Amino acid sequence: MTSFTLAAGQVLIHGRPYAEQERQVAYVPQRGSVDWDFPTTVLDVVMMGRYGTIGWMRRPGGKERALALEALAKVGMQAYADRQISQLSGGQQQRVFVARSLVQDASVFLMDEPFQGVDATTERAIVLLLQDLRASGKTVVVVHHDLQTVADYFDWVTLLNVRRIASGPVHEVFTEENVRLAYGGRVAWLKTEPAATTGSTTAR
Amino acid sequence: MLTIFSDYTLRTVALGAGALGIVSGVLGSFAVLRKQSLLGDAISHAALPGVVIGFLIGGKSPLALLIGAAGAGWLGTLVVRSIVRTTRIKDDGALGLVLSVFFGIGLMLLTFVQRQPDASQAGLDTFLFGQAAALVRSDVVTIALLGAVAIATVAVFWKEFKLLSFDPEFGTTLGLPMGRIDVLLTTLLVIAIVIGLQTVGVVLMSAMVVAPGAAARQWTNRLGVMVPLSALFGATAGVSGAVISSQEAQLPTGPMIVLSASVLVLVSLSLAPGRGLLWELWRRRKNRKRLSVDAVLADLYALDLQHEDEHPHSVAALNAMSAERDGVGEELKQLEDRGWASQAAEEQWVLTDAGRAEARLRSRSASMPGDGRASEEADGRLGAAP
Repeated sequence: MTSFTLAAGQVLIHGRPYAEQERQVAYVPQRGSVDWDFPTTVLDVVMMGRYGTIGWMRRPGGKERALALEALAKVGMQAYADRQISQLSGGQQQRVFVARSLVQDASVFLMDEPFQGVDATTERAIVLLLQDLRASGKTVVVVHHDLQTVADYFDWVTLLNVRRIASGPVHEVFTEENVRLAYGGRVAWLKTEPAATTGSTTAR
Repeated sequence: MLTIFSDYTLRTVALGAGALGIVSGVLGSFAVLRKQSLLGDAISHAALPGVVIGFLIGGKSPLALLIGAAGAGWLGTLVVRSIVRTTRIKDDGALGLVLSVFFGIGLMLLTFVQRQPDASQAGLDTFLFGQAAALVRSDVVTIALLGAVAIATVAVFWKEFKLLSFDPEFGTTLGLPMGRIDVLLTTLLVIAIVIGLQTVGVVLMSAMVVAPGAAARQWTNRLGVMVPLSALFGATAGVSGAVISSQEAQLPTGPMIVLSASVLVLVSLSLAPGRGLLWELWRRRKNRKRLSVDAVLADLYALDLQHEDEHPHSVAALNAMSAERDGVGEELKQLEDRGWASQAAEEQWVLTDAGRAEARLRSRSASMPGDGRASEEADGRLGAAP
C-alpha cells in the first residue's frame, strides 16, 4: 500500500509496479483501524469501495448501490444494509470490509487478518468467498495466524519471521520443520500461537 | 426579539453571527468526527500573530487582517503536521505546543503594536475575545462570501471528505490523493475559524467549531443529516447569542454565542434519543421492568408445575418469591395484557395456556445442558396441555 514505505525491494502486480496498478488491488484492513461509531450505514461503507472509480464531484448512484447490495449479499449481510455501523458485531464489521473490497473490481485482494476474532458464521462466509474468488481467477493474499486452518483454506503459503522462511504450495512448504523455523522452535506442531505471519495466496 | 428586524446594528451582528455559525457548524462536524477538536483551538490561537502582522503590513483593512489570520492559522497546522511526522511527539503534544507558542508570539506582537504612539491600532485586542458589536455590513458580506465558498467546496468534495473522516488509509489504497484532500479540508476549517475571529475571538472560537458538531452527532446516525443539523445549531447559537447580548448592553456577544452553543450541547447530551442520558435511563428502567415481568412469569410457571390441574396462585406467594420490593401487582398486570396470566379471584392468579407455552419455551432455552429434570417436567406438561 502506498501508505507504507518499502524497506527493500519492489512491489509488482501482474508484473508492473504497484503505482500503475493501484486499481487492481483491493485492500481489506483490520477492522480495528476505523471508528465504528462514525455516523454512516453499512451500505454507505460498502459503496466507499467505488469512490476511486466514480470520479471527482460525482456522487454514488444507482449503479453503486446495486453493486454494494450484491456484495453484501455475497457475505450474507444484505439484511443489514441500512444499519448504522456501530450496531454491528465484530464479525459483521469484518464482512462489511470484505464486501467493500468486492465492489472494487480488483483482481488482487490483500486481507489483513480477516479471521481475527470473528464468529464461526463470518469465518465460514469469508472462506466460501475466498473459494469463489479463486474460482473466478482472482488472487487473494491473506495475513493469517491460525496454523490449523492453513491447509484447509489456502493453496500457497509464505512463512515469515522477519525474513521469508519458506514459500510454495501448502502441501510442500507447510511442514513441521518450516513452521518450527518460523516460530523459532518454540511451538508444538499444529498448536496455534501468534508469533509468525503466514501469508497465503490462492493460486491463479 | 422584534428589534432584530428594526435595529440595524443588531440585524448586522445577528446575520454575521448566524452565518459564521453555519460555516463553523459544517466544518466543525468533520473536525469532531476526525477527533480534531483541538486542532480548531490550535488554529484560532495560532491566527493571532497573523492578525497583528496583517495589521502591520496592510493597516486595519478587514481583508489584510483576515489574510494574516488565515496565513498564520494555516502555518500552525503545517507545523503541527511536521512535528508529528518528524518527531516522537504525538498529536496532542504538537497541538499544545503550536497553540501556546503561536499565541504567545501573538500576544507579544500585540503588546508591541499597542505601545506605538498613534491610535490606529485601537481595537486590535478585540480579536482576543471578539467584539460582535463592531461588525459592519462589509464584514458580514465577507463572512457570507467566504463561508459560501467553503460550504460549496464541502458539497463538491462530500464523498472524499466522508472517506477521509472515516477511513483515510483505505482512501489511499483506492488511489485517491488523501493527503491533498486532507489539506483542502483543513484549509476550509482555517477559513471557518478565521471568519469567526472578529466576532467570537481567538480564545473562544474553538467552541464554535466543536459545539454544534458535537450536539448534532447526538441526534442522528447519518453524516448527511449531521452536517446540516450542525449548521442549524451553529446558526441558532450565533443569532441567539447576538440577540441575548443586545438585551443587556453589558453582556459581550462572543461569550454569549459560545454559551448558547454550550446550552445546545447540554440539551443534546441529555435529551437526544438513542444517545442521550435520559434515553439511557429510560432504557435501563424498561429493561429492569421487562426482566421483572419475566421473573414473575417464571415464578408462576414454577408454581404451576407443582400442580396437575389449573390452579390459581396467591399474590402473596408470588410476592414472597419476587425480589421486587413493591410487590408484583404491576408485573401481573403486564402478564395479563399479554394474555399470559389471568386473575382467577381476588389476589389469585392463574397461568393461561399461552403463558404456559411461553414460560416453557423460555425455561427450555434458559435451562443448562444437564439440567434434565426441569425440561423433562416441562415435556411432561407438553403432552398434558390441551
